[in-house]
Amino acid sequence: MKSTWRPGRWLIILPPLLFLLVFFLIPFAFAFKISFAEAAPRVPPFTDVISFTRDHHLQLSVSLGNYRYLLTDEVYAMAYLYSLRTAFFSTLICLLLGYPMAYAIARSPRSRQGLLLLIIMLPFWTSFLLRVYALEGIIRDNGFLNTALLHLGLIHHPLRIMRTSLAVYLGIIYSYLPFMVLPLFATLEKLDPTLLEAAADLGSTPRRAFLDVTLPLSLPGVIAGSMLVFIPAVGEFVIPSLLGGPNQLMIGRVLWDEFFGNHDWPVASAVAIAFLLLLVGPIAIYQYYSVRQLDT
Amino acid sequence: MEGRSSAALLTVLFFGIALLYLPILVLIGYSFNASPLVNVWGGFSLAWYGRLLHNRQLLEGALLSLEVALAASTGAVVLGTLAAVALVRFARFPGRLLLTGMVNAPLVMPEIITGITQLLLFVSMVQLLSWPHRGFTTIVLSHITFCTAYVTITVQSRLQQADRSLEEAAMDLGASPARAFLEITLPIIAPAIISSWLLCFTLSLDDLVISSFVAGPGASTLPMVIYSKVKLGVSPDINALASLIVCAVGACILGAGYLMLRSDRRRALEAQAALTGRS
Repeated sequence: MKSTWRPGRWLIILPPLLFLLVFFLIPFAFAFKISFAEAAPRVPPFTDVISFTRDHHLQLSVSLGNYRYLLTDEVYAMAYLYSLRTAFFSTLICLLLGYPMAYAIARSPRSRQGLLLLIIMLPFWTSFLLRVYALEGIIRDNGFLNTALLHLGLIHHPLRIMRTSLAVYLGIIYSYLPFMVLPLFATLEKLDPTLLEAAADLGSTPRRAFLDVTLPLSLPGVIAGSMLVFIPAVGEFVIPSLLGGPNQLMIGRVLWDEFFGNHDWPVASAVAIAFLLLLVGPIAIYQYYSVRQLDT
Repeated sequence: MEGRSSAALLTVLFFGIALLYLPILVLIGYSFNASPLVNVWGGFSLAWYGRLLHNRQLLEGALLSLEVALAASTGAVVLGTLAAVALVRFARFPGRLLLTGMVNAPLVMPEIITGITQLLLFVSMVQLLSWPHRGFTTIVLSHITFCTAYVTITVQSRLQQADRSLEEAAMDLGASPARAFLEITLPIIAPAIISSWLLCFTLSLDDLVISSFVAGPGASTLPMVIYSKVKLGVSPDINALASLIVCAVGACILGAGYLMLRSDRRRALEAQAALTGRS
């Protein structure tokens, strides 16, 4: 190790290390600390957890009240379950819709694949917030869909989609579909077509060959795409806030309301810490191990 | 994997693409509607575009967002490239695992958690150091934090593919490690740096959640202004603004995509020509 020691290295390592330490990791320590404080009408709006008394003794005033509140008020458990359920089912629908799309692109002539991928990814580059707003224009009570259906005489009363769970599902599927298609395409494209020919030679029907060869081999893409949809969907705020109603309480929205509506920073911190431990932690650990598995 | 696709597959593909584009196209249509009511066509009009020029709140938000995006994507590119170089080139150093974790974690962290924790940091920092003031500075700092992750991932993979022997050859010929990096490696990873700068720029320009937490009372970025307007319902001004943004971004991406596709195709043709011995 001695021979590779060069102090110049630290000029490269230290800036990103220190920056991320201060602005990414240490904030969690503050959130953890403040989750044990109590809301107070002052600036900033919470009590001190760690303070010094007049004779310079360290004083800790830890309140577990916020966490007890999370356990007793059923809004939090409901929001947590609703977020999980919504993210799970919208990921599933994205998969069912995205898989054939990725498959069709992978089977199209190579000269056209680039263009098709560009078309799929283009919406991702435009503003997420504006796309959710654009979807609202379609599904509002007097929006494009209802106006068109009423004109065609297919319905006599406008369909009520806004402020329902259906609107939240549509929002998530619409916003995150490109994230599903891209990794699926990447694995399907690499698939060796001679494997399918071999399966056919050995007497497999196309359906059987798909189930036995294509699907298992595309599993890494399925997992990668599902993670890319599920993770942001679970913590989603904009979609339930703009498209959902008061019943579509997702955890991100609860956190936002606690913070901006009730100005209860300590409870919001406790929600964030609990969310982190119950959801983000397991996902991060899973990702860490699955990436390591791919590397070896 | 090339081959024939069944009609069913192609139908799903076009249905999916239609789903992605219909809302945007309808929104652009609405933006030319003279009537402020969404379900009544009042004739073609550019009035909402004209009104944008007089909306000070939107213009100030747009200016702030552009300044933030410029500063944040540049800062993130510098820090992210350094982190990528450290992770790819230095096999062992104290804090390597920590750096790996901190580079990857922001990608799976819900924005709302990043936002609230960073606000609590800034508030506590002000108590201790009376810095930073909430506004431009805090928004830029938090955008750099989440953008750095994307830069590191992109540059890292490019750097892993880069041929190390070119740099070693330069050093054998007497170049210092710094010079070899600047003259050989940097040009190789430049495309990754540029594309991640663009990605950071759009991510920063688009961010609502983190900015809302850390911005403080005085400053409102464009997404914050838009959110507070559309929260109240449909707004014809926003239709016009959204159409402008979508068209501008779309034109940039299509242009960049066209250039990339063309250079890919040219490279493929050259490879073919080289293989068949024709030029």
